[in-house]
This record gives sequence, C-alpha cells and structure tokens, in this order.
Amino acid sequence: MTELLSPAESQALLLSLRVSGVAVASALPFAFMTALLLARVRFTGKTLVDGIVHLPLVLPPVAVGFLLLMAFGSRGPLGGWLEAHLGIRFVFSWTGAALASALITFPLQVRAIRLALEGADPGLGEAARTLGAGAFDRLVNLTLPLALPGIVSGAITAFAASLGEFGAIITFVSNIPGQTQTLPLAIYAALQIPGGEAEAARLCGLSILLALLVMAAGEFAARRSRP
Amino acid sequence: MSVEVFLRHRTGAFELDIAFEAESGVTALFGPSGAGKSSIVSAIAGLLRPDFGRITLGGRVLLDTATNLFVPAQARRTAVVFQDSRLFPHMSVGDNLLFGWRRAEAKADTATIAHVVELLGLGGMLDRRPRGLSGGEKSRVALGRALLASPDMLLLDEPLASLDAARRDEILPYLEKLAREAKLPMLYVSHSVEEVARLADRIVVLSDGRVKAQGSVFDLLTDVDAIAGVPPLGAVFEATVAGHGADGLSLLAFNGGVLAVAKLKRPLGARLRVRLRAEDIMLAREEPQSISANNVLPCTVVAVHEGGDMADVQLYCGATRLAARITAASRARLGLEPDVAVFAIVKSVTVEREA
Repeated sequence: MTELLSPAESQALLLSLRVSGVAVASALPFAFMTALLLARVRFTGKTLVDGIVHLPLVLPPVAVGFLLLMAFGSRGPLGGWLEAHLGIRFVFSWTGAALASALITFPLQVRAIRLALEGADPGLGEAARTLGAGAFDRLVNLTLPLALPGIVSGAITAFAASLGEFGAIITFVSNIPGQTQTLPLAIYAALQIPGGEAEAARLCGLSILLALLVMAAGEFAARRSRP
Repeated sequence: MSVEVFLRHRTGAFELDIAFEAESGVTALFGPSGAGKSSIVSAIAGLLRPDFGRITLGGRVLLDTATNLFVPAQARRTAVVFQDSRLFPHMSVGDNLLFGWRRAEAKADTATIAHVVELLGLGGMLDRRPRGLSGGEKSRVALGRALLASPDMLLLDEPLASLDAARRDEILPYLEKLAREAKLPMLYVSHSVEEVARLADRIVVLSDGRVKAQGSVFDLLTDVDAIAGVPPLGAVFEATVAGHGADGLSLLAFNGGVLAVAKLKRPLGARLRVRLRAEDIMLAREEPQSISANNVLPCTVVAVHEGGDMADVQLYCGATRLAARITAASRARLGLEPDVAVFAIVKSVTVEREA
C-alpha cells in the first residue's frame, strides 16, 4: 500500500474509513430504535418525527454542518457542555467529521431498517408469544434477526454515502490533513493547488475503487444475512 | 384438564357472543367462514382482548374482564397451530421445534422430544430451514413446535385448510394419533365435516358469532333440529370388525346391527370409527328385495326436519342414531313421521379411523 499510495493519500483513505465506520456504528443503535418506534408504535406527532429524521437527507449538507457548528462549537450550548464536563471536543477533530457523517446518513439507516421491520410478518410475533416469548425475548430472537438484512443494507448504504460526505464536514470541522481531511476533502484540497489535477485524479480513482469494493461487500453481506 | 370459555366481543358490525366448555380430547369448533372461530382462538390464546369474557383453563383464570384480569399470551401455556404454520424463517426446523420448549417452565424430557419427532416424522429435516419445506411438512413442524411447548391446551386453527387434498391426507393420520394420545384439551377449528368426523370427540357448532349447538360428535351430527344443516348431516359411530367374508366383504358390528363393507385390512376385533352421510341413505317403508346395496337396516323414525324441498330424517337403528336426507316429496309420499318403521338402505360407508 505504501508503494501504491503516498503517505498523504493513505492517510486520507484511512481517515475516510475510520470516520465512516465510526459514524455508521455509533448511529446504528439509534437508527434501529427510531425505526422500531416508527414501524411499531402508534403515537401522535409521528409524521413530525418522521420529518425530522429525514431532514438531513433534504437539507443542504452545508446547512447541516453550519447547524452542527452552532450547536457543538466550543461556544455552542452542547459543545461547551460536552467539553467542560466530559472533555469531548468535536470541532477540528475527526470525531466531528464522524458526527456530521452520522447525522447526514442517519435517515438512510432508519429507512432501510424500518422497511425490513414493516416487511416482517406480524404473525410470527404472535406465534412467538403463544410459545412463551416475552417482549425483550422477541426483540432479540425474532425482530432483530428478521430485520438483519435491512440493518446490513442500511449500514452499507450509509457507509458508502458517508465516504462521499463533503459539505457538512468541511463546514463543521474544516479541512485539516490527518484530522478531518477525508478523501473528498483531499480531492478538493488538491484542486486548490495549481497543477494538482493529477493528484486529484489519483484520489478520484481511489474513491471509485473504494465505492465499488463497498458495494460488492454490501451485496455479499445482504445475501448472507437473508434467512 | 378442562377449559371454560365465555366471550362477548364486537368488531365492526360483527358480534361474537359464545360460551362453551371443553374437556381433554378433541373439541371441534365448527362453523362457516366468518362465524367467529378464529376470534375465539385468538381470545383463548391471549392475542385478542375481548370486550367481555372469562376464560379458565384447568382452574387457572386466564381472562376475567370483570376483575380486569388478562394473562398475557406468553404466560398462558396455550399453544396455537396456525393455518399458515408461522415457522420462524431464520431458524432451523430443530430450533423451531425447541422454541417453545426452551421457554417452558416444565420442560418435556428428551424421550418426549424424540417421541414427538418420531410421531410427526420430522427426523430427517431437523437441520433444514423452513423455506425448503413443503406445506405438509411445515404443518407437521408447527404441530411439533406447539406440542413441545408443553401447553395446557392446544389450539388448532384450521391447520389443514391451506393444504391440498394429498397433503391433508398426509397430516390427518398424525392428528389422529395425537387425538388418541391427547391428555390435554385440543380445540380444533375447522369448516370441514370430514376432519371433524375423523378427529373430534365433541363439536361446538358456531353460526354468526353464536353457539348454535354443542354435543358429542356421535349425537350432534344426526341431530336434525339442533344443527339444521350447518354441518352436513351424517351419523358417526363406532363399530368392531366382526368378520372377513369370502365374498370380498368385511363385516362391521355396531350397536344396532351389522354393516357389510368393502374388504378392510384390519384384524378381527379392531374398533373403527364409521361415518354414514345423510345423502348416502335411502329410505323404504317395505324391506326391498333384490337390491344392489349391501346394507339394509331396519330403523325407526325419531324426528323429521323439513327445510325447503328437502327433509332431514333422524332415525334409530337399535341404539345408534342415523340421519337421512331425502326430498320433501318423498317424505310426504312415504308418510314419514316419528315412530314410523322404515328400512335404511346404505349406499356407502366411510371408515374414518381406528376408534
């Protein structure tokens, strides 16, 4: 890898993978719970919750980045509290990039999981109840495994979309090599330098390769997780 | 163990208002589609909370709306075999079978598991996924899964309705074995009188959300007034193999005479359940001579129920009740009234199963 890629390139690649991986993994439990809520529970204001969940999908990513900066910046209400009490800092850090990616791709995960939950036969839950399975038992042994194909495909889609996230990251945590400069940001940076087109093209090729790999892995995983 | 059910429940324009009791053995819940059979099963299993009701099972109160008591489905120990099997697609057949067993407080021992696997012929498919099974195999797995949950009551909600005739004939023998062995109440929902006549000890006849009649399978299916054609009429009774003649006929002795039937591969003394459909019995005032039918039984008319152009006639042949369906015109021509002596000409006998 070191022979094929320059240190800066492999740094951007590894950072991209780390940011996307952490973004998807940390958002997944929340996405599952939100999907469960939307698929199984009747409550007033459901349309509103559904709308809020989908907001990052329709808002310009730059706007999301800006809102994150307002909330999680050092002087923002959440950012200040987190930094003072837990020592967690998002601004100018890869964790901030992960937070932005998680938020942007959250609706993709929720949608896929919700579809899987709604597609599951409610009769199976009834059968499990008559066989002695309580609510938590059914969640772990029935709902989760039956929704697994949806969870997997949601996670893969979110991971792939997260690899391409640009606007929210650059607005929220800026473009710092080694810290917040993921592949798309590195491409942008290369284009800012005169004569950087060749470098940008190499990074583009890398992105295409990565995207194809992720899609192939997703297809494989989805096939394996089907019952 | 016995079960007592009282339910009143309204869904839309349909009102269910029923009460019945069932003992160990098979009680058939018989009625046309929309009579409320599945709602009753759901209420007993705890999947439906009725407006009013009280259900007790072996002295345990499962539901009492008067005291606001509702035992949740998972704590009722009432296993259901659904029409669509409802096997868990992400588990092997073996894991499906043991799903309820793993969650049961009083677990069946390994010998019982082996017995159920053998009884239902599941040995060769334990590692397979439900997706690859035929409809009949799925039904058998669903039945085994319910049995191994060690339920206090077994609810069978038209387990054969979605199967074709061949698959149905494949499952019925298993259900018969189960019915003979059953030490717990089994509620068998069906709209097929064939299944009911083969399996049930008692019948509860439902119509439009009400209990129209209930009683023993031997009495009720010939009771022309009580059921008035909701299940098709026909006598069900037990008989003993009394001889195998050289003429290719076997003789069945019953409490009222002897029936000659096409040769049976059953030993002498075997007890069988026999059904005579009302449509398969002709009536004559004088004993017919030179007739192709093998069975002519002397009977006495007990009751007549006329509806439209048809007349249902209930008869006693010795101590056994029979029923015949004839035209109202024939009834008038023969002057059939209670206490009139007639001869029943039996065109066909169905041997249902070992008694």
